[in-house]
Amino acid sequence: MSTVDDKANEIEPFDNKAESTSVNNGNGIAGFTILFFIIGFTASLFIGWIVFPKLLYSKKKQPLDFNHEMHMTLVKNGCESCHFFREDGTYSGVPKLAQCIDCHQEVQGDTGNEALFVEKYVSKGKEVPWLIYSRQPDCVFFSHAAHIKLAKMDCETCHGHIGQSTSLKPYEYNLITGYSRDIWGKNPKNYLGLKTNTYDRMKMNDCAACHMEETGRKSSVSTEKDGCFVCHK
Amino acid sequence: MTQEYRKEKKYGMVIDLDKCTGCGACMVACMAENNVPFRDNETDKLKSITWMRVYQLNNGKSYPNEEICYLPRPCMHCEGHNGHSPCVTVCPAIATDYDRETGIVSQIITRCFGCRYCMGACPYHARYFNWWDPVWPDGMEKSLSPNVSPRMRGVVEKCTFCFHRYQLAYEKAASEGRRELRENEYQPSCTQACPAGAITFGDLINKNQAVYKMKKDPRAFRLLERLGTNPKIYYLSSREWVRRAGDNYHPDEETGIVKNHR
Repeated sequence: MSTVDDKANEIEPFDNKAESTSVNNGNGIAGFTILFFIIGFTASLFIGWIVFPKLLYSKKKQPLDFNHEMHMTLVKNGCESCHFFREDGTYSGVPKLAQCIDCHQEVQGDTGNEALFVEKYVSKGKEVPWLIYSRQPDCVFFSHAAHIKLAKMDCETCHGHIGQSTSLKPYEYNLITGYSRDIWGKNPKNYLGLKTNTYDRMKMNDCAACHMEETGRKSSVSTEKDGCFVCHK
Repeated sequence: MTQEYRKEKKYGMVIDLDKCTGCGACMVACMAENNVPFRDNETDKLKSITWMRVYQLNNGKSYPNEEICYLPRPCMHCEGHNGHSPCVTVCPAIATDYDRETGIVSQIITRCFGCRYCMGACPYHARYFNWWDPVWPDGMEKSLSPNVSPRMRGVVEKCTFCFHRYQLAYEKAASEGRRELRENEYQPSCTQACPAGAITFGDLINKNQAVYKMKKDPRAFRLLERLGTNPKIYYLSSREWVRRAGDNYHPDEETGIVKNHR
């Protein structure tokens, strides 16, 4: 019998408490909401900008460490000594063993990398499996000749000061797409769509922006920018 | 800095139907050049992908008055009115686009998401949908052209006038310091493959090129001209019924009245 009364007695003070807390802590809840939002927002940014890219990209070492700066002092024709145009106007890209052999038939200097190169690749006639930082997707056509010979651009505008580097940076690639990180860009500013140097990124929008600025062409009917089939294939 | 850039062009074809024998070499050359996928069983032509397709027309009469004519049909690269060709206008993804510089209707397969509006809009059935991922017979991957990106399941593809050949020709010209191509430097695969020499390709607005004179031939007509698609493929035929078949003439209409955008 007493249980019903007890319960009634218990409920009353509980109800009073609930009302009083909701009235007193109105501002406190809003404060907590903002605090949790800020914590959540910071955490998402931290995960999105720092943790996720670390998970998304993997690093590989180049098969050999190449010293561009040293080679630049030895060759006569700058970048084009090794990265040359073929007769049909196409670009040779990363040199094949055949070009290296011209000088490196035997070990010339005293660097370990050269000895390794001669031993592992030259003597066996095997191509060096270089990892290419600026390889574009299959649907992209890029003409070096149009940019170098006609538009008179420097290599540095897109590739940066590789000619002055003494060693090769690790090759980073996207684990999902397999593309090199140099396409997307590594500078954290890139996440905000900003870039410091012209060579920070090599995405489609970067190509399009430069084409817009330099050529002013508006041949595309749909976009009023340069045509799609200029770079796509 | 605005540089002097390439002159405006309108690449197009003149196909002489009096010369076409219907051999299909253009179709084969096109498929080989552009990595066009095929299946084991190609009997259902509604599902075949043929950027260049040879149609057989007949005059609807019975023997001995029956006549046939073969009509190769690539993409017409319609200019429409000021570049608004039917497919370009409907594409929600800007995957297909009209380039005022070359007059070529591009198809960017990485941008296409396969809604197929363009296929509905195209009055020439020049667009094809990839219902499957391409499967090549063993070893054939090695013979694919590296200049043309193979397509995946779920995207639309069509004739591009072998645009990769333009890119390569332009690259060669650029290495020699030229911005303009010579007529013979850029020719599509079908044009070069035609054993009868029925297909002529070039810049339709360049007075020095063969197609400029040929399109003014009295035998010339275009397909479905009255739709206003303003196509860049001209056909030549000395047979009146062929010219009439090109544009659904009413029996009362006189041949050649439909010459809108000439």
